[in-house]
Amino acid sequence: MERQRVFIVVIGQDRKGIIARVSTLLYENEVNIEDVQQKVMDGTFVMTLLADVTDCGRDISELRSELDDLGSEMGLTIMMHAEAVIKAMHRV
Amino acid sequence: MSIGLEEVLETSGMILFENFDIRALTLGVNLKDLVHPEAAALAEAARRRLTDQGTRLVREARALSDEFGVPVVNKRLSITPAAWLIEPCAADDAPLVLARAVDQAAAAAGVDFVGGFGALVQKGATAADRRLMDALPQVLGQTERLCGFLNLASSAAGINMDAALRLGVILKQMAAATERAMACAKFVAFANAPEDNPFMAGAFHGGGEADAALNVGISGPGVVRAVVQKHPDCDLTMLSEVIRRTVFKITRAGELLGRELARRLGVSFGVVDISLAPTTAVGDSVGLILEAMGLEKVGAPGTIAALALLIDAVKKGGAMASGNVGGLSGTFIPVSEDLAMIDAVQSGALNLDKLEAMTAVCSVGLDMFAVPGDTPAETLTAIIADELAIGVVNHKTTGVRVIPAPGKQPGDTVDFGGLLGRAPVMAVPELSGRAFVCRGGRLPAPASALRN
Repeated sequence: MERQRVFIVVIGQDRKGIIARVSTLLYENEVNIEDVQQKVMDGTFVMTLLADVTDCGRDISELRSELDDLGSEMGLTIMMHAEAVIKAMHRV
Repeated sequence: MSIGLEEVLETSGMILFENFDIRALTLGVNLKDLVHPEAAALAEAARRRLTDQGTRLVREARALSDEFGVPVVNKRLSITPAAWLIEPCAADDAPLVLARAVDQAAAAAGVDFVGGFGALVQKGATAADRRLMDALPQVLGQTERLCGFLNLASSAAGINMDAALRLGVILKQMAAATERAMACAKFVAFANAPEDNPFMAGAFHGGGEADAALNVGISGPGVVRAVVQKHPDCDLTMLSEVIRRTVFKITRAGELLGRELARRLGVSFGVVDISLAPTTAVGDSVGLILEAMGLEKVGAPGTIAALALLIDAVKKGGAMASGNVGGLSGTFIPVSEDLAMIDAVQSGALNLDKLEAMTAVCSVGLDMFAVPGDTPAETLTAIIADELAIGVVNHKTTGVRVIPAPGKQPGDTVDFGGLLGRAPVMAVPELSGRAFVCRGGRLPAPASALRN
């Protein structure tokens, strides 16, 4: 079966628990994190996660909605793009 | 090679801050097999097919946008030119009967516009073409989501001045038939109309198309503006390079999404039309790109050269990214939909003459500009003829979407709301070309058309 992977992007003011909360939400949805990159750019926390959502039992829109809710609660912007889109845009 | 954080962030930033989106997913639907002598039977069959196709389009496009994480703004349908569909219908009200049914289908399916209520009359008009033309004020006045077009000219046929003359009168009727002349915002007159253009108001499903084809309109003036602003000092060769690279990226995203959507819908994948289409969202402006290139304001000397560079870079970046680049692919310069263009007109930097000159290098033409409501019909025809001549002679598409705004004079504004924006009324020269256009007949095709 073809694996379905996404990039999750988290942007916002640095604070305690961002990685913990995001990864817990993904764990609870059976999403496997395969790669994490994180840095603070000009005072802004930025993190990208490459995640396998193949085993996530829920619709992708529901997962997106949960991430949106977490983002609102923590004052973060959380986006999710299909890996295929990022690859198409940045790799020939 | 793994994807870096900055690359993922670049995509997110384009969507978050620079209005990158798939502007239009337009499903072209063939209706030729539904022609029927009874207009009501044709209309009902069209309504059913378009409701079904439109519903599937909207549902799948939403799901794909969610899955891919790329915004899709508009879901639209285009149909076989309506004049062909009403050929066998005897009833005079056939265009209106069909139009109402198509409008109902659009509303039921949740698509925002249906294009194709038009005719190809570049060389001559059939009885059905003439009936459809005469019905346009009623059709566009009494429907919400229909868009109309006429192809009045081509590089092979020249300009049908008789039809252009008739259109001058029809445009005035269209303006009078609707509040704020809204019907005129839903109609475009073309030279060399492409049969697979996903953008409104001029989309239609041409005679050489399959039963259904999905065409993708990608936009992104905000993205290009941002990258130009990040390179304030580089020379023009490098500027072209950075624009090409950016357009390449956004076209690849659109191509991916379009191909997948076509697969899920079980229809042909048509074209990717990479056209910078501004909106009145702050920063989502073609005018701002030109100003970021170094113009004090749109309309300043250098405007045509800057626009030529921009369009060339957009086409080349798009062509590298997709083997299916088509439609209009370039840059739209609608006055009412671009804050920098509106500002340029209101400040006196941009007049009709300069706007017309810009269309010689842009991908479409005189778009969404308002003129005084008392502009004579023959003057509208003459403006249209000038614009179409640019297309005919240069073997390119040109179009005119003009708003003769009733009761308005230069300095006034017509506010359409939404994507259509607000149009400052532009002054039209009082000199008349009436005697010329009233000669009628056909303005011959250029010698450069004799290529066989």
